[in-house]
Amino acid sequence: MTPAAEVLALSDAAVTLNGRPILRDIDLTVRRGEVLAVLGANGSGKSTMVKAAVGLHRLARGEVRLFGTPLGQFHQWSRLGYVPQRSPIAQGVPSSVWEVVASGRISHRRPFVPMRRADRSAVAEALDAVGMADRARQPVGTLSGGQQQRVLMARTLASEPDLLVLDEPNAGVDLFSQEAIVGTLAARSRAGATIVVVLHELGPFAALIQRTVVLRDGRIAYDGSPEGLDALLADHGHHHLPTTRSALVPEVLAPLEGGS
Amino acid sequence: MLDILVSPFMLRAFLAAAVTGLSAPAVGTYLVQRRLSLMGDGIGHICVTGVALGLLTGTSPTVTAILVAAAGAFLIEVIRSTGKASGDVALALLFYGGIAGGLVLVSFAGNGAFALQGYLFGSITTISVTDVWAAVAMAAAVVLLALALTPQLFAVANDEDYARSAGMPVRLYNVLIAVLAAVTITVAMRTVGLLLVSALMVIPVATAQQFARGFRVTMLGAMVAGAAAALLGVTTAAFVDVPPGATIVLVSLVGFALTAPVGAVVQRRRRRRVPFPVEEQPDHLTVDEPHGHQHGPGCGHVAVEHGDHVDYIHAGHRHAVHGEHYDEH
Repeated sequence: MTPAAEVLALSDAAVTLNGRPILRDIDLTVRRGEVLAVLGANGSGKSTMVKAAVGLHRLARGEVRLFGTPLGQFHQWSRLGYVPQRSPIAQGVPSSVWEVVASGRISHRRPFVPMRRADRSAVAEALDAVGMADRARQPVGTLSGGQQQRVLMARTLASEPDLLVLDEPNAGVDLFSQEAIVGTLAARSRAGATIVVVLHELGPFAALIQRTVVLRDGRIAYDGSPEGLDALLADHGHHHLPTTRSALVPEVLAPLEGGS
Repeated sequence: MLDILVSPFMLRAFLAAAVTGLSAPAVGTYLVQRRLSLMGDGIGHICVTGVALGLLTGTSPTVTAILVAAAGAFLIEVIRSTGKASGDVALALLFYGGIAGGLVLVSFAGNGAFALQGYLFGSITTISVTDVWAAVAMAAAVVLLALALTPQLFAVANDEDYARSAGMPVRLYNVLIAVLAAVTITVAMRTVGLLLVSALMVIPVATAQQFARGFRVTMLGAMVAGAAAALLGVTTAAFVDVPPGATIVLVSLVGFALTAPVGAVVQRRRRRRVPFPVEEQPDHLTVDEPHGHQHGPGCGHVAVEHGDHVDYIHAGHRHAVHGEHYDEH
């Protein structure tokens, strides 16, 4: 592997939150153009891992590199697009969809400099990509969970990132919005973007995913193709729905798939 | 009779009121956005210590107030951002420490206690020329920063995690908001007084956001509402013997009360169209009663989004088209 192909790397990473070890022994390298799903039960450390990867959690050990640069020296923030899980985008003061999406351009803008034409067109394209262009003037508080998630997605797309990191973009989202999100991600992937997505279940994302990483109790329990995951499950016979309890049951890899 | 309005002290009062009315809601919008509406009140309390310090040492209370308030605002931001569970309590300690400290300090200053009154409740008609120009300069700086840095401050106030992942110096901007609030409160303490300053940071925002659909519109609307209330309040106080500071706040409240019915209708109409949450597995309930008409665009029933379809609100029921019949959702 040439260093240039390495987009995101965690080596020997460990995260401790409030004195509790959440993640340990994480070694993960994501190469350019890969579409990677991070799976695992509630509390297995999925969100913590991606948050550490984008610099929201300090590492207790090890190192994060973005585009080959250690996180501490990384400055090309517009290349990184993080979509947080269920952000509180509807707050004390009404904000329009356009305003929230436009805040995604922040890594491209300098203080005191008005929006340029490139900024405006990127916002318009991002709104189009998630099918929310007709709702640009609507306050985000009046949108459904799925639409809000699409707005968060558009906010990140507006920064035109090379690496997309999404934290459970399908949590509490209707099927229509899930499919809209998958379609948008597929288009970004075809355009060469690298995608890391935390999922509770593969669901409509299955067709997109090239590689899966399963976390269990803060460690990587599986790293390979989604097909290998099926093989791993084959002798088990069926898939479990994700529950917190399953994390406590040894030898059960849950939640690997949505099941029915 | 109207001569009073153009007398020098009234002109100074109008100028001070206008800049207060413009700057307080500009910063207030960010505080309300972050659900820190009462932070202005807290910083106002801390300012009491600053004013008392000025009165005691014979330096300008404005200068000492701004220094103490900025230090307090910085401390609040540090407490808030470290996310301690007791952050709420820590703020209360700071706020009441500020007001109690001020009252004790000023008791050493002899008749300073009387002077403190002017800062607690405002004394816009005794404001000096120097004070007015200082207020104008500070308010101009606040408004300029609040407007020019809207993209940055909005991004940080809207979603801190996202802003951090976009490489923004989040803490710097949070401290900036807190310091802008401190400066605004120092400006406003001569007009509406420290005890009422928070009202001008919150009420105009509440008035404007009833109608606005976006953040920037809310902010500009709040600034207009704030300036109008301040000017109207001072004018009223010129003719009726009432304290100007409290009158400004009351006028502002009346403005909110008068617009509330219209706002309620606007909000209600908006809320009705908030999409219904999607259940994991919706039960299939068919509408049994005969259905006189076809639901569709413009059928007169409110259509609300629900996942991948719309529900029509029909006599308190949610009807969704399903093939040849309607489902109860």
